[in-house]
Amino acid sequence: MKIGVVTFPGSLDDHDAHRAVRVAGGDPVSLWHGDDSLREVDAVVLPGGFSYGDYLRAGAIARFAPVMTTLIPAARGGLPVLGICNGFQILCESHLLPGAMIQNDHRTFICRDQRLRVENATTAWTSDFTQGDEITIVLKNQDGQYVADTRTLDEIEGEGRVAFRYLIDGPDTSDSVRYDRFAGRNPNGSYRDIAGVTNERGNVVGLMPHPEHAIEKGYGPSLDGLKFFTSVLKSVVSS
Amino acid sequence: MTSATQPTIDTVGNASITPDTEQPWSELGLKADEYERIREILGRRPTIAELAMYSVMWSEHCSYKSSKVHLAQFSENTTDEMNEKLLVGIGENAGVVDIGDGWAVTFKVESHNHPSYVEPYQGAATGVGGIVRDIMSMGARPIAVMDSLRFGAPDHPDTHRVLPGIVAGVGGYANCLGLPNIGGEVIFDPCYQGNPLVNALSVGKMRIEDIHLAKASGVGNKVILFGAKTGGDGIGGVSVLASETFDADGPAKRPAVQVGDPFAEKVLIECCLDLYAAHVVDGIQDLGGAGLSCATSELASNGDGGMRVWLDRVPLRDATLRVEEILMSESQERMMAVVEPGKLEEFMAITKRWDVEATVVGEVTEGKNLEVFWGDEQIIDVPPRSVAHDGPVYHRPMQRPAYLDALQGNVSDHLARPTGGAGLRAALLALMASPNLCDKTFITDQYDRYVMGNTAMAMPDDSGVVRVDEETGRGVAISTDCNSRYAKLDPFAGAQLALAEAYRNVATAGAAPLAVSDCLNFGSPEDPAVMWQFAEAVRGLSQGCRTLGIPVTGGNVSLYNQTADVAIHPTPLVAVLGVMDDVARRTPSGWSDPGQAVYLLGTTADEFGGSAWTQVAHDHLGGMPPTVDLDVERRLGEILVNASRQGLVAAAHDLSDGGLAVALAEASLRNGVGARIWLDQVCARDGVDAFTLLFSESAGRAIVAVPRSEQVRFADLCVSGGFPHSEIGVVEDGAGVLEVQGQFVLPLAELRTAHASTLPAIFAAG
Repeated sequence: MKIGVVTFPGSLDDHDAHRAVRVAGGDPVSLWHGDDSLREVDAVVLPGGFSYGDYLRAGAIARFAPVMTTLIPAARGGLPVLGICNGFQILCESHLLPGAMIQNDHRTFICRDQRLRVENATTAWTSDFTQGDEITIVLKNQDGQYVADTRTLDEIEGEGRVAFRYLIDGPDTSDSVRYDRFAGRNPNGSYRDIAGVTNERGNVVGLMPHPEHAIEKGYGPSLDGLKFFTSVLKSVVSS
Repeated sequence: MTSATQPTIDTVGNASITPDTEQPWSELGLKADEYERIREILGRRPTIAELAMYSVMWSEHCSYKSSKVHLAQFSENTTDEMNEKLLVGIGENAGVVDIGDGWAVTFKVESHNHPSYVEPYQGAATGVGGIVRDIMSMGARPIAVMDSLRFGAPDHPDTHRVLPGIVAGVGGYANCLGLPNIGGEVIFDPCYQGNPLVNALSVGKMRIEDIHLAKASGVGNKVILFGAKTGGDGIGGVSVLASETFDADGPAKRPAVQVGDPFAEKVLIECCLDLYAAHVVDGIQDLGGAGLSCATSELASNGDGGMRVWLDRVPLRDATLRVEEILMSESQERMMAVVEPGKLEEFMAITKRWDVEATVVGEVTEGKNLEVFWGDEQIIDVPPRSVAHDGPVYHRPMQRPAYLDALQGNVSDHLARPTGGAGLRAALLALMASPNLCDKTFITDQYDRYVMGNTAMAMPDDSGVVRVDEETGRGVAISTDCNSRYAKLDPFAGAQLALAEAYRNVATAGAAPLAVSDCLNFGSPEDPAVMWQFAEAVRGLSQGCRTLGIPVTGGNVSLYNQTADVAIHPTPLVAVLGVMDDVARRTPSGWSDPGQAVYLLGTTADEFGGSAWTQVAHDHLGGMPPTVDLDVERRLGEILVNASRQGLVAAAHDLSDGGLAVALAEASLRNGVGARIWLDQVCARDGVDAFTLLFSESAGRAIVAVPRSEQVRFADLCVSGGFPHSEIGVVEDGAGVLEVQGQFVLPLAELRTAHASTLPAIFAAG
């Protein structure tokens, strides 16, 4: 099963996405931003990072890369695509997913182990989960605030297209002994605590936190990230 | 190709026939005898370009002219046995050590103190960028960074200007570069008020056969400048020249602090690694301090021939730059490579793939000199060694500071000590909430510690641990440490205590200490008292490394960290790197399994000079720092590493600032699992009271958590190593407290609140 991982100049977690695909049992294939070939892969991961430096707006330039001219129609045609962090930003900029990402409301980069609730376990990338599962994966970003207009938010909520939501730790219920700067609120100001969304068909999923950093014992907060990749391997087989 | 034009060119020919032209050597920071020496070397007056080049390369920062005579001790104290681990030693961009299985690791710590005070964000950002390029230029892939930061008083208004900028700069650059930040320090002391310290460390990995060096060899080989264009940023002393030459409305004073572009550096890293993999690079050097002056003269000096460079080929961001500005510019994200003509095409194809601009600016020649041209006009003709390596050497006067007797005599014995459980409890809470010992998550959560997926341990654990080999899990642990209060009281002991603590922190993680890098931050070398501190610290560190059998692989000296007559505390920062077979087996600093036995390793004496308790409780600094016995440290390290290898310890935490009490609190808070501790046996054995056992900072100690099933084997290990050990407690969950029997019970929630509230209260609002 071939899973492509796109490298843009400034991609940072592409190597990690390769590793996650491999650990899940797939064959990672490198895709290059400047090449419009998808090399006959069965699914694609857009990894985290700062594509082209993201000096304009996160994902705004990557959206026009040659590889995207092929990827966007393929995704519309049903190719499973997962956008992680910068990849999520690129999917929003490409209008494959609704909404937009802006700077964290506290204006600083934040790196932490983040609890999420799986809201939709029927997508190509979440089928190994059960709806309502609570998972812990890594969150690390500067521009992680998910925003959309009320109508869009109501629409995606109504259609079950919110894939992941941040779990909010209250100051009194927290069992963490580490200082929690975000007790009682989500860590970046995202509207309705949305951490990730899917398209209607369920083949395109984007989220800010990083499943590829929770796949190996000893190198991340959990193994919860692995199910993203095992999910897609199964969905590709079943289709 | 630039279209720049130069108003008038001071050529070599012109310099020969106008020997009496007045030159601004003094404004450029050269001394009269240094200027005379340049004239002697050249047999004529230098051209303005040559003068600029010598002035910057002979600066304290580049030439180490005040420190060189002392730094020689590092080499003198490196035994043959220590040398065996060294693949590349002091003098190259960064030292390289052999970590086994064909892997080499390069690491170095460097200061960017002054720029970070002037412009905190860019100063800190380019500090990270500079050290990462040093690592790249050895042929390595950078795999992690660390940052040791020192600020003035937390409640001082200027700290609120400096700290947020520096933290954002370190984060902004390394996060965007995709390098995990795995550790470091954040220390506050009024002595750093006008002189904050930003010491950045980077570590990189490569196969041993892939090590690259900075040398220009092979006549006819091409010299290529690649990366960012050259602009007017980072031009310091040379702005004097510009102001001398131009009218008031000309482009005079340029910004002296460089501006960083981490995206450009990320692309440069990947581009360089592709170039190395294609074997098209013969020699390579990064452009850092002193820019092209440094890169060309060092490459040529380390090579076997001369070098000719056409400066008009350098791509410019600003066409109005003068030749001497182009030579001095410290524009970031630039590298220089020496490439065989037959490999030029492939080199260019790789840089094109990464959209990195690359320009052939020169070639290696048969001659001996570094010759620089602007078009047809020669503006530099110098022996490169005279610029890069044979700079002035000073034997600065040294004198033991006059204040030291009084300072050391002002012992802490008279300070009121807490008595009874309530007093000890309050003292611990105060220490855990103090700016230097409080939770630094507010800062460290602004750094990406996970990128690359190889981070096995990061702050707030004792050391940062990253995997090098994804197949086997072989990797390295690194810790940076320095308690400058100790070094103020006794710089020799202070340097050794810094070394001991970093060594211990690597060992508690389970890694075998292997090598050292240092960043020596001091005041003005022109003050004999500062020079004495520097000499003592170097003597202490170099002898200490010899005792421990781990070589110094390189580092950095930062002098003139003082405002008017007030110097910072001597701050000899020490980074120790250790290696382990499988980093997934590293020992964490916090315990998590109830029922495990807590042991204290080492003995405790009444040692409070320079301690955290004297600072927090009494704002006192005096007496002598704790005694350091590096043989004890070595034996403690062996026990910790062997216990880790044999799976005998579940957690290990070193004892340093705040002593046993703070270590117990930190180990409990790490995973929110408490412990019940008893002190009587150790108090009786060591002849100290509960206060002393809890808060003294005697060196050579650690606490470990041992599974019940391994207690016998662990005790045997300590006995056979002849090392003092005592079971002082048990890990306990449920109650959620840290209890010191007969003294106090402290709920972890209360401890956490005290520990975690400090920095957000001071800095979050701003």
